[in-house]
Amino acid sequence: MYKILNKKVLNNTVIEMEVFAPLVAEKAKPGQFIILRSHEDSERIPLTIAGYDIDKGTIKIIFQIVGASTLRLNELKEGDNIHDFVGPLGLPTHTEGIKKVCVVGGGVGCAIALPIAEEFHTLGANVTSIVGFRNKELVILEDEFKNASDTLIMMTDDGSYGEKGNVTIPLKNLLESGVKYDMVIAIGPLVMMKYVVETVRPFNIPVTVSMNPIMIDGTGMCGCCRLSLIKENKREMKFACVDGPDFNGYEVDFDEAIQRSKQYSDFERKAYDKECNLLAKGGKN
Amino acid sequence: MALIPKKHEMPIQGPLERTTNFCEVALGYTKEIAVAEAERCLNCKNRPCIEGCPVHIAIPDFIQEVKKGNFNEAYAIISKSSSLPAVCGRVCPQEKQCEAMCTLHTKLKVDGVGIGRIERFVADYHNENSTNSIVPPKSNSHKVAIIGSGPSGLTCAGDLQKQGFSVTIFEALHTPGGVLVYGIPEFRLPKSIVKKEIDNLKALGVEIKTNVVIGKTLTIDELFNMGYEAIYIASGAGLPKFMDIPGEGLKGVFSANEFLTRINLMKAYEDNSYTPIIKSKKVAVVGGGNVAMDAARSAKRLGSDVTIIYRRTFDELPARHEEIEHALEEGIKFNFLTNPIEIIGDENGNCIGIKCVKMELGSPDESGRKRPVVIENSEFTIDTDAVIMSLGTSPNPLIKNTTEGLSTTKWGGIMIDEDTGLSSRENVYAGGDAVTGAATVILAMGAGKKASQAISKKLLNKE
Repeated sequence: MYKILNKKVLNNTVIEMEVFAPLVAEKAKPGQFIILRSHEDSERIPLTIAGYDIDKGTIKIIFQIVGASTLRLNELKEGDNIHDFVGPLGLPTHTEGIKKVCVVGGGVGCAIALPIAEEFHTLGANVTSIVGFRNKELVILEDEFKNASDTLIMMTDDGSYGEKGNVTIPLKNLLESGVKYDMVIAIGPLVMMKYVVETVRPFNIPVTVSMNPIMIDGTGMCGCCRLSLIKENKREMKFACVDGPDFNGYEVDFDEAIQRSKQYSDFERKAYDKECNLLAKGGKN
Repeated sequence: MALIPKKHEMPIQGPLERTTNFCEVALGYTKEIAVAEAERCLNCKNRPCIEGCPVHIAIPDFIQEVKKGNFNEAYAIISKSSSLPAVCGRVCPQEKQCEAMCTLHTKLKVDGVGIGRIERFVADYHNENSTNSIVPPKSNSHKVAIIGSGPSGLTCAGDLQKQGFSVTIFEALHTPGGVLVYGIPEFRLPKSIVKKEIDNLKALGVEIKTNVVIGKTLTIDELFNMGYEAIYIASGAGLPKFMDIPGEGLKGVFSANEFLTRINLMKAYEDNSYTPIIKSKKVAVVGGGNVAMDAARSAKRLGSDVTIIYRRTFDELPARHEEIEHALEEGIKFNFLTNPIEIIGDENGNCIGIKCVKMELGSPDESGRKRPVVIENSEFTIDTDAVIMSLGTSPNPLIKNTTEGLSTTKWGGIMIDEDTGLSSRENVYAGGDAVTGAATVILAMGAGKKASQAISKKLLNKE
C-alpha cells in the first residue's frame, strides 16, 4: 500500500498527488513513469512521474480525471492508500550534451514536461518552455515553469491568458527567427506532438516526443503499448514501456498511434458514465 | 486382473455449457476413479515414469499409496519433489513426459497410467481435507532472493525455504504467480488453486514482495548489497513476438499475452471489471501452442467465432493433447497449413481481415519438424475483426540491460551452466523462460529445482 501524503487540485479536472513510494523515488528520473491501481479491483494505469523527492521518499503524480479509473483515483484523499504503485518504468529522457532546449507542453502533458524542463535547468541548459492550455481556467504549474525556464511562453486556445493560439505558432516564430535549439521536446496530446514535429521538420532540429499509449504490465510483457517507427520507409515495432516512452518524433507513426489510442474509447466512456452515476448516488466509497 | 487399455476418463463440463463460462473444464477424478486408475499401475521394477518427470517425482510410490487409499501419504511423496502438485496435475504435458514413458504405453501399447490425473486428485484431496498446519523450518540464516513468482521461482523458493534458507521473492506485477495467473486461464487452472499453493509457500516462511521490478526498482547488485547471498532469476517470458507483416498496429490486433493478461490477471471477462476487453464477432488466433489454445478458448467464452491459423498440420500442433481436444469440442475451427502475410484494416484502422497463403510441408528443419513451404499463388483472405498473435516471446531485457557481467545469447536468453543454472555472474542463477524462451510450466519448475540444489550446495559449503 502506498500512502498519499499530499493532494492538491490544480484545476477543475487536474489533480496532483504526492505518494510515499521510497524505492521508486530512489530511482526515478525525468521522463519515466509508474503504473498504479487505485483499488484492489482497479485497472492498471500508467502515469508519467511529475516529480520526486528522495529524502521524503515520495513521487508526485499529476492526472486528469478523464475516465472511470482516474475518477476512482480521485476518490482517494490525503492519508488514504493507493493499492499498487510500481516503477520507475521506461527509460529516462535523454539530456546529455544538450545546451539549449525547447520544451513544449500541452494541457496535462505540462505536468510531465515540467520535471524535464527542471532537469535541463538544473544541468545548466538554456530552457525555453512553450506551454499551451485550452483556456485560463485550465492553466497549471505556471510558477514552476517560470522557475525552470529562461523563457516561458504561455498560450491558450481562446486567448483568455497569455497569447492566443496553439503552441506551434510561437515555436515556428522562434525557429524562423533563427533560434537554434539542440533539441525540441514535445509532451502532450498526440495531435499536438504530431504538429510540433511537422513545425520543426524544416529546421532540421531533433525532436523528442513522449508517448503515452495504453499499457497493462508496463514491463515488456503484454505488447499492448507497441507503436511503429518508420525509418527509411521501413516500419519497426517498438514497445513504449521498455524502449520509450521517449522516441524520435520524426520516426513515430502518429496516425497509427492516434487510432490505437481510441481502441477502448467506447468501453471507457461507458465505464466513466457508470462510475459517475455510482458516485452521484453515493453508492460507492 | 484384466488389463484396462484406456485411462479412466475425467468428468468434464460439457462443451455447450462450458463455452458460456470461465469455470474449470476438467472436474477431476473422484476417489473411486483415482483408486481404479492407480490400480492400472504395474509397479514395474525399472520405474521409467520418474525419468520422464522434469522434477523426478517418485511416481510409482505415490501411486501405490493411492491404491491403498492413503491420499495424504501420496501427497507427502509428491510434495518432496514438487512445490506445486495441484498445478502440475492440471497443466503438465504428461502424455509427452511421465505417461509417455509408462511401461503400459511403451511395452503393452495401451494408454499409460493417468499419472497427471491421479496427481491432480491427490493434490486437490489434500488441499480440501488437510488439517496439518505448515511449520516453518528452522532457519539456517542464509538469505536468497528470487526474481519472479512464476512456476520456476516458486519451485526454487519452496525447495530452499524447506531447507531453512530465508527466501524473498520479488514480483513485478501486483499479484504473485507469474504465468499461472496472467497466462493460463481460469477454466484450465483456477486462480484459487494457485493462491492456495502460494499461501502454502508463505506459511513456510517465503516472503513475497509485489510491485518490485528488478532491473528498474532495484538491481541485481543492489540485492547483493541488501545481504542476499544468492539470486535466482526466473523473470519469465518477455516481449511478445509478432510476424513483422503489415497491419500489426491495427485496432483489433493483440498479442496473446495482452489478450490473456486482460482476461486472467485483470478479470476483464467479468461484467463489473474495470479493465476493458474487446468482444469481437470473429477472432483469428495465429499459432498452435498451449497459449494459442488458451487465447482461442478464452475468445470463444467471450462469444466469438474463433479460427486457429497454424502453418503446419494437426500432427505438429505443439499444444497439450487435452487442450486441442477441448478446443475442437468447443467448436474452434482450425486452418492448418496456413500462414498470414497481411492484416487488413478499414479506414478507421480497425482489423477486418487477415490475408494468408497456403503452405505444404517440406523437408525437416533443425528442430526435426517438417518445414512449411509457401504454395505459390495460394493467397486468400479470412474475414475477421480481431487477430491474436500467439507466436511465443523473447526474454525480458530489463535485467540483462542493468546487470553488468551477465552474459546472454544473441536472442536475449540468459546463458547458464546446464547442470547448475549458474549464470556468468557469481552467485547469480537463472532458469525458466528467462533462459529458454517460452516453454512449459514443468520445465521451468525443473530449472527452479536444479538451481535450488546448486544454491543450497554453494551456500552451505561456504560455512
